[in-house]
Amino acid sequence: MSDMTMVEAIRSTLEAEMERDERVMILGEDVGQSGGVFRATDRLQERFGSARVVDTPLAEGAIVGAAVGLAIAGMVPVAEIQFMGFTHNAFNQIVEQLARVRYRSWGSLSAPVTLRMPCGGGVRAPEMHSDSFEAHLAHAPGLKMVAPSNPADAKGLLASAVRDPDPVIYIEPLRGYRLIRGEVPDGEHLVPLGKARVVREGTDCTVIAWSAAVEVVTAAAETAAQRGISVEVIDLRTLVPLDAETLWASVAKTGRGVIVHEASKTAGFAGEVIATILENEDAFFALHRPLVRVCGPDTPYPVQMLEPQYLIDEARVLAGIEKATQV
Amino acid sequence: MGKKAMLKTTRYRVLEITPEDVPEPYSVLDTDGNLLVDTPPLTDDEALAGLRAMMLGRRFDEHCIKLQRRGLMVTFAPGIGQEACSVGSVMAVEPERDWFVPQYREAAGQFLHGFALVRGYLWHMGSPLGFHIPEGLRMLPFQAAVAGQISHAVGLGWGLRLRGRDDVVVVHFGEGASSHGDFYEPANFAGVSKAPVIFFCQNNHWAISTSRPLQTAAPTVAHKAMACGFPGVLVDGNDLFAVYEVMRDAVARARRGDGPTLIEGFTYRLGIHTTADAGTRFEDPALRATWEPKDPLFRIQRYLARKGKWDDEIERAMEEEINAQLEAAWAEAQAEAPPSLEESLRHVSALPSPRGM
Repeated sequence: MSDMTMVEAIRSTLEAEMERDERVMILGEDVGQSGGVFRATDRLQERFGSARVVDTPLAEGAIVGAAVGLAIAGMVPVAEIQFMGFTHNAFNQIVEQLARVRYRSWGSLSAPVTLRMPCGGGVRAPEMHSDSFEAHLAHAPGLKMVAPSNPADAKGLLASAVRDPDPVIYIEPLRGYRLIRGEVPDGEHLVPLGKARVVREGTDCTVIAWSAAVEVVTAAAETAAQRGISVEVIDLRTLVPLDAETLWASVAKTGRGVIVHEASKTAGFAGEVIATILENEDAFFALHRPLVRVCGPDTPYPVQMLEPQYLIDEARVLAGIEKATQV
Repeated sequence: MGKKAMLKTTRYRVLEITPEDVPEPYSVLDTDGNLLVDTPPLTDDEALAGLRAMMLGRRFDEHCIKLQRRGLMVTFAPGIGQEACSVGSVMAVEPERDWFVPQYREAAGQFLHGFALVRGYLWHMGSPLGFHIPEGLRMLPFQAAVAGQISHAVGLGWGLRLRGRDDVVVVHFGEGASSHGDFYEPANFAGVSKAPVIFFCQNNHWAISTSRPLQTAAPTVAHKAMACGFPGVLVDGNDLFAVYEVMRDAVARARRGDGPTLIEGFTYRLGIHTTADAGTRFEDPALRATWEPKDPLFRIQRYLARKGKWDDEIERAMEEEINAQLEAAWAEAQAEAPPSLEESLRHVSALPSPRGM
């Protein structure tokens, strides 16, 4: 085990994957000489050369489109989109092209591309640099999507994403790059795609989160325990494909649920989580109370002065738990 | 360029394209099939093979339009009048190693590159099998999203280099696509990465109903290469010899690692945008009339006739042979069992989605 921050876990996993497979390459804006604006690719160009760690021109659409072609040529591209809000510059290439390579070629071609991007706010970044748009991409068939909340999962999910034969959206918690630390298994460590993790067991209420929100939710669960409410915390880890069994088993047990995300509420991913829970009879008939969403308001992500009010804190999660567990 | 005023100053240098910078499209044959240069770039046998490939594409498009009118085909975009662009392109590459990345109006070139005729019919029937790329065929599936394929071609060429190969990629698109970010972004990428890609723009003067002057104020599409730091060439897109020659040079340049070239094939949409949209509402019949005599098939036929390699009898025999080939492929396409939605689920990801239907 080694103690690492999120960004250290990501960087060392990229290094290990490039060492393991010479087809693995990195491309994106500022990933080479500077090592990425968050240093997730720090010194990798020095180590592997400018042919495998490539500073691209500033054009997200061409980064993703080129990754499609590179993959068809037999490379395994790991492309970085500097901030999740800028995926929309590449939306056509991600949703219409990357996601569909296998499908539209009727299984004859594939695009094993990993798209890394930081998501969420809380670091007083400029406007449009704090967005959480996971729901926009989760709706595109053909994309898998993971959102690790801790360094061990960051390693295990990234290694699985790079080795997956299809495109994977890999979402990194922007404010957690350095703030979130943890023990990371040394050597080979794979976390399978499509498996959620029960962070803490409980009997009164299930709280579901992913990415940076898991830390807030876990702290809220401690406080709730002191108030006599036993909270089960589930870290989705993979949003697509969703681990429905783990959600069903937990809600069937607790009969109550809260889903937490920083993105705005309307058509957010919490809606998909709730719909999935309600599709299962055991979970549905176990419910004592309506399920609760704790989400960002239906506004765009705000500029810096409003951030502290916008972000979901422990108090808001606790309020959600109380609402879900009212007698 | 007309009488556009140049910015006049001696205090700093202004970068502008002057009328002298705008060439006539390069031609090797005139419309009567007379050779305008000393030596033809193709032998008579090669010219005949090229003509046959263009005729196959033409008759395929015509056949599919008829079938579409009978309700047997979905909406599609024929390449009538533009066959020299894709056929001349493919003749300049090696199909066993080089890649052809089409938009959707290049059936003639695709068949020459090795795409089976039956797959062409299946494509226009709306079958996913028309998008399947068999092992060994170096082609990407047709692209219905204008310009969507251009960055794939750049990544593909770049990746082939990284894998130690000197194969090249030729990507086709129209002048409408050249207005798109999905053209400018990858073209700029290719300049920087020196990807071995030939960007072939078929300027057929129409993007559905939008005419060439409404598409860009650039004097030619070929000039757009200059902003990306690589050469542009304007070629007569209805002249198989000229297209082949400029493609041959661009392929050699890409293969030796000198990077991309943008070629503008100056041509005309003698057919229709798609079977869903004829041009009667917007097309000036007088403009069209100037292009009809420039049909790419006529001039190569006249060239070969002058050399005793083309006459009514040869033409009749070739038409019969092509017709038989088309009928056989059409029969084969009709015999193909329709694909199932269930099978489609298996092609979303390598492992089926746990959710299924």
